[in-house]
Amino acid sequence: MRHGKWPLIVTFLVPPVLLYVVFVVSPYLQAFQISTTDWLGYSPDANSVGLANFKTLWHDDYVWNALKNNAILLALVPVLTIVLGLFFATMLAMGGRKGRAGVTGVRGGALYRTVYFFPQVLSVVIIALLWKEVYHPNKGLLTAALHGIGLSAPTWLGDPATAFWCVLAVMVWSNVGFYVVLFGAAMSAVPKEIYEAVLLDGASRFTTLRRVTLPLLWDTVQVAWVYLAIFALDGFILVQLMTNGGPNFSTDVIGVRMYDTAFGSETKFGYASAIGVVMFFLTLSVAALSLRAGRRDRIEYS
Amino acid sequence: MTTLDKPAPAATAPTPGAGRDRPVRREFGVANAFSHGFLLLWGLLTVLPLLWMFISSFKTNGEILADPWGLPETLHWDNWVRAWTGAHIGRYFLNSLVVVAGSVSLTMLMGATAAYVFARYEFRGRQFVYYLFVGGLMFPVFLALVPLFFVVRNAGLFGTWTGLILVYAAYSLPFTVFFLTAFFRTLPTSVAEAAMVDGCGHFRLFFRVMLPMARPGLISVAIFNFLSHWNQFLLPQVLMQGDESKWVLAQGLFALSVSQGYAGDYARLFAGLSIAVLPVLAVYVGFQRQVQAGLTAGQLK
Repeated sequence: MRHGKWPLIVTFLVPPVLLYVVFVVSPYLQAFQISTTDWLGYSPDANSVGLANFKTLWHDDYVWNALKNNAILLALVPVLTIVLGLFFATMLAMGGRKGRAGVTGVRGGALYRTVYFFPQVLSVVIIALLWKEVYHPNKGLLTAALHGIGLSAPTWLGDPATAFWCVLAVMVWSNVGFYVVLFGAAMSAVPKEIYEAVLLDGASRFTTLRRVTLPLLWDTVQVAWVYLAIFALDGFILVQLMTNGGPNFSTDVIGVRMYDTAFGSETKFGYASAIGVVMFFLTLSVAALSLRAGRRDRIEYS
Repeated sequence: MTTLDKPAPAATAPTPGAGRDRPVRREFGVANAFSHGFLLLWGLLTVLPLLWMFISSFKTNGEILADPWGLPETLHWDNWVRAWTGAHIGRYFLNSLVVVAGSVSLTMLMGATAAYVFARYEFRGRQFVYYLFVGGLMFPVFLALVPLFFVVRNAGLFGTWTGLILVYAAYSLPFTVFFLTAFFRTLPTSVAEAAMVDGCGHFRLFFRVMLPMARPGLISVAIFNFLSHWNQFLLPQVLMQGDESKWVLAQGLFALSVSQGYAGDYARLFAGLSIAVLPVLAVYVGFQRQVQAGLTAGQLK
C-alpha cells in the first residue's frame, strides 16, 4: 500500500518548506540577531552592541509615548468591540418575535450580518483613506452633519485632543461586524431550549446575556479577546495612513515607531529590530495572559 | 465549516401552559422594535461612509466642498475615467490582479501539497515540520520586516512581482497548511484505499481523487487568501518601493490620497476608492457563506 511514498513526500514537501524557511523562518531568526547590533542598514558594518539598543529603548520617551497609546488601545478596543459584537449578535439571534415563546432571530438577520461584515472584507488601506475623508474638517461627512444640526465640530484628526479617539473609533467600527458573525455562529450552536427555559423563568435580557450566553460562548469570547489584543498592539496601517502618528505624536503607536526607525529618514535597522523584538514579546505575553486570565471551566452541551 | 452549520431546529412541540406565553410574547414585541432600532443604527453606521464614497465619486469637486451630504446634479463618470487612467488606478488594479493571481495559485498549490503530506503520510520529523509551519501563525509580521527586506533584496527580487508573489505565498502558508491539513484528515480513507488497490499511484491519487474531494475546503482557503493578498499594504510598501509602474492597488490609492491633498481633486480620490471597493464587495456578496466561514475559521486558528 505505502510503497513508493517517498517521491511524493519529497516533491510535495520540499518546495513549500524551502520557501517558508527562506522568507519566514530566516527573517524571524535574523531579527533577533540584528537587534543586538548598531546596523544602519545600507552600510555593511554591523557591530555587535549587546543589549545597548534595549537600554536606549528603555530611555526613549517616544517609544514610551507610543506604548502608552498601545496600552489604551489594548484596554479599550477589545472591550468595546466584544461588547458591541455580543450585543448585536444577541439582537440578531434572539431579538425576533414568534408565538409560542419561541426564541428566533430578527427578520432580515442575514441581511444585517452581510452588511455588518462589509468592513472586514475591505482593505485596511481603503478604510483608513475613507475615514480620513469622513473626518475631513471642511468637506467631511461628520463635520457637515454637526454643522447641519447647528453644532460646531472639532478638527478631528488635526487636534491632539481628539485624533487618538477618532482612530480608536475606526478600529472598533472596522472590527465589530466580524465579531457579530463570529459570536452569531457560536450562538447558533447553543440549543434554543436553553434560552427558552431561561426566558420562561422570567430572566431579563441582560441577565440572560450575562448568566447564560456569555458563559456558553466563553471560549469564543476568549479567542476574540486574544485577537483583538494583538490587533490593538499593532494598529500600524490605520495610524500610519490616517495620522502618521501625529498631531504631536498623539496617535503614535509602537508599529509606526518601528517603521519610522527602519524605513524613515534614518535607517536604524538595529534599533528598529530591537523594537520589533519588544513587540514580539509583548504580543506573546499579552496572548498568554489573556488565555490564562480567561481560563474557566468549559461548559458542554450535548 | 462546521462552526457555521445550523443546529437542528428546536423542537416545535406545543408549550404546556398557554397562560405563560402571553407575557413572553409581549416582551418580544417591545424587544423587536428595540433590537431593530439598534441593528438599523449600526447598519447605517456601516453603510453610510461607503455610500457617501460612492455618491461623492459622481459629484464635482465643487459639489463635494459645498454640500458633503448632497446628491450630485448629474452623474460625473469622468471622475472614474480620471481615476482609472489619469491616476493610473487601472494599471495598479491590473498589477494587483497579476500579483494576487500568482500568489494565490502558488499558495494553494504549495499549501495543498504540504497539507496532504502532513495529513496522510507518516515519516520521521513530520511533527516538527508541521509545527514549524503552524508556529508562523503566532508571530507578528513586524519582527520579520527588516531582515525580510534584505532577504528579498539579496535574492535579487526587490521591486519585482515575483518577489511579492513568493513572499505573500510564504506568509500565507501557516494558515493554509493548518486549515487544509485538518481538512484532508476529514476525508474518508476508504476511497483512497480503493483507488490504491485499483493500481492508482500516489501522485494520481492526489490529483485525481483527493484534490477534487477537498474542493470545499480549497475554495474557502482560496477566498481567504485572495482577500488578504488583495488587501496587502505593508509588504508591497516595503518590498516594492520605487518603480511606480509596478505598484499594487493599495500603494496607488495611498499615493492618490496624498496627491489629492495638493491637487484638491476629491472626486477622483472617491472614484479611485470606489473602483477598489466594488470588486471586493462583489466577490463577498457572491461567496458570502464561504467568505464568512473562511474568515471566521481564520480567526479561530
